[in-house]
Amino acid sequence: MKIRTLYRHVREGLRNIGRNGWMSFASVSSVAITLFILGVFVLLAMNVNHTAQVVESQVEVRVFLKKETTPEQIEKLKNQIEDLPQVKSVTLITKEEGIAKWKEDFGEKSYLFEGLEGEENPLSDELVVKPQNPRETALVAERVNSFPHIESINYGKETVEKLFSITTVVRNVGLGFIVALAFTAMFLISNTIKMTIVARRREIQIMKLVGATNAFIRWPFFIEGLLLGVLGAIVPVALLVVGYQYLIRFVKVDLNLYFLELLPLDPLAWQMAGLLMGIGAFIGVWGSIVSVRRFLKI
Amino acid sequence: MIEMIDVWKSYPNGTDALKEINIKIDKSEFVYVVGPSGAGKSTFIKLMYREERPSKGQIFLNGYNVEKMKEKQIPKLRRSIGVVFQDYKLLPRLNVYENIAFAMEVVEAPRKLIRTRVMEMLDLVKLKHKLRALPSELSGGEQQRVSIARALVNNPQTIIADEPTGNLDPETSWEIMKIFEEINLRGTTVVMATHNREIVNTLRKRVVAIEAGRIARDQVRGDYGYED
Repeated sequence: MKIRTLYRHVREGLRNIGRNGWMSFASVSSVAITLFILGVFVLLAMNVNHTAQVVESQVEVRVFLKKETTPEQIEKLKNQIEDLPQVKSVTLITKEEGIAKWKEDFGEKSYLFEGLEGEENPLSDELVVKPQNPRETALVAERVNSFPHIESINYGKETVEKLFSITTVVRNVGLGFIVALAFTAMFLISNTIKMTIVARRREIQIMKLVGATNAFIRWPFFIEGLLLGVLGAIVPVALLVVGYQYLIRFVKVDLNLYFLELLPLDPLAWQMAGLLMGIGAFIGVWGSIVSVRRFLKI
Repeated sequence: MIEMIDVWKSYPNGTDALKEINIKIDKSEFVYVVGPSGAGKSTFIKLMYREERPSKGQIFLNGYNVEKMKEKQIPKLRRSIGVVFQDYKLLPRLNVYENIAFAMEVVEAPRKLIRTRVMEMLDLVKLKHKLRALPSELSGGEQQRVSIARALVNNPQTIIADEPTGNLDPETSWEIMKIFEEINLRGTTVVMATHNREIVNTLRKRVVAIEAGRIARDQVRGDYGYED
């Protein structure tokens, strides 16, 4: 194809958007609305996933050691546990540190713990084990349990199991929603674009009878579809980026929900913008190319 | 050169539009196709640029085997022909200038050449003052002239015209005929289906009469031969 022909196709594609007026408007609107809904769900799902990750990462296995364990034995045990492939980190909290922490937590009433230092300390030394993958917590606990000098192990078995079953459901539901929405969006948008092309089937036939190749006819439609898709994506991207910024501020400042941590605008917003633009462009092109093909047989 | 060998065309409802058509039209010939309405003239014309396909038989045109050619080659066949369609077939959302230019854009002609050629054609069919008008703003005769200009703009080897004077007043009809005769003299083959007895009887050329789907008559320098 010659450069001037490519230029001609781009010009025709642009003009077709104008010539189609309302049909173009309808296509852009349907792209914008469906992608907006999709974008809201993507943001929601990403944040739910993020929150689930934060909660999951707080899971830990607490290993209480027998009173008579010597510091050397503790050190050896700590190294052994660290060597397990499923273990991310092991922190030692000695009974002295344990008491100090309690005192700190109780503040004014810390006198309650007076005299419990040294020989009288009722606490045990403790190893806090963070699993590499929170989902392997039970396995880590089981492995650790086979080592010596251990009095007891606690990782909130039932709570952890419940937590994981909830986060799994939330993630799957979110993903399912997004996939379903993406398909609905594709169907809706390509249908609208199809309508604008069916209205032009006679034109396509005339072009063929005058000697245009299929590629020559397809190119302006390709450009047109691409532009309709991208134009349709710009609106929801702008709305979502601005809206999300406000939401972050609202949650932080007005609601003051310190435990709810939203993902920061950067890079989430750009990822989402890229995703929506990509889907918009793909659907626009796909919808128009597929629809044109039906009328090229003559 | 156009050649049809034992060409038949039947429609799914069982009617035979064309039966046993054998014809050879040499390069630079001028042929009128005449006959009563519904006798198969339009079908005969449409077979040549492959808008219709025969049920049987072979068609050769400008060196292409119309029935056996690859789909990719079809645009080349159509570009070697200038077709004046009975229903004009103008692109409704392009103006007069753009409609004529389209046939040249298809062959990737340079823009400057397109401009000069289209203006020449507009001059020829006397539509220079309407170059920005849309087809819907034109009369039937004007649309027909745009269709003629588009058919001629690429200097095709062959002109195929289905009732090109059907909507024109006698004066314009004669001007169009002058153009056809002129390009014919320069070597272009012209095949023209028509109901215009005055033209056929005055500007004497080969006449092929189609009646009830068959070639009923094929005369060198023939006459119209029907009472209207």
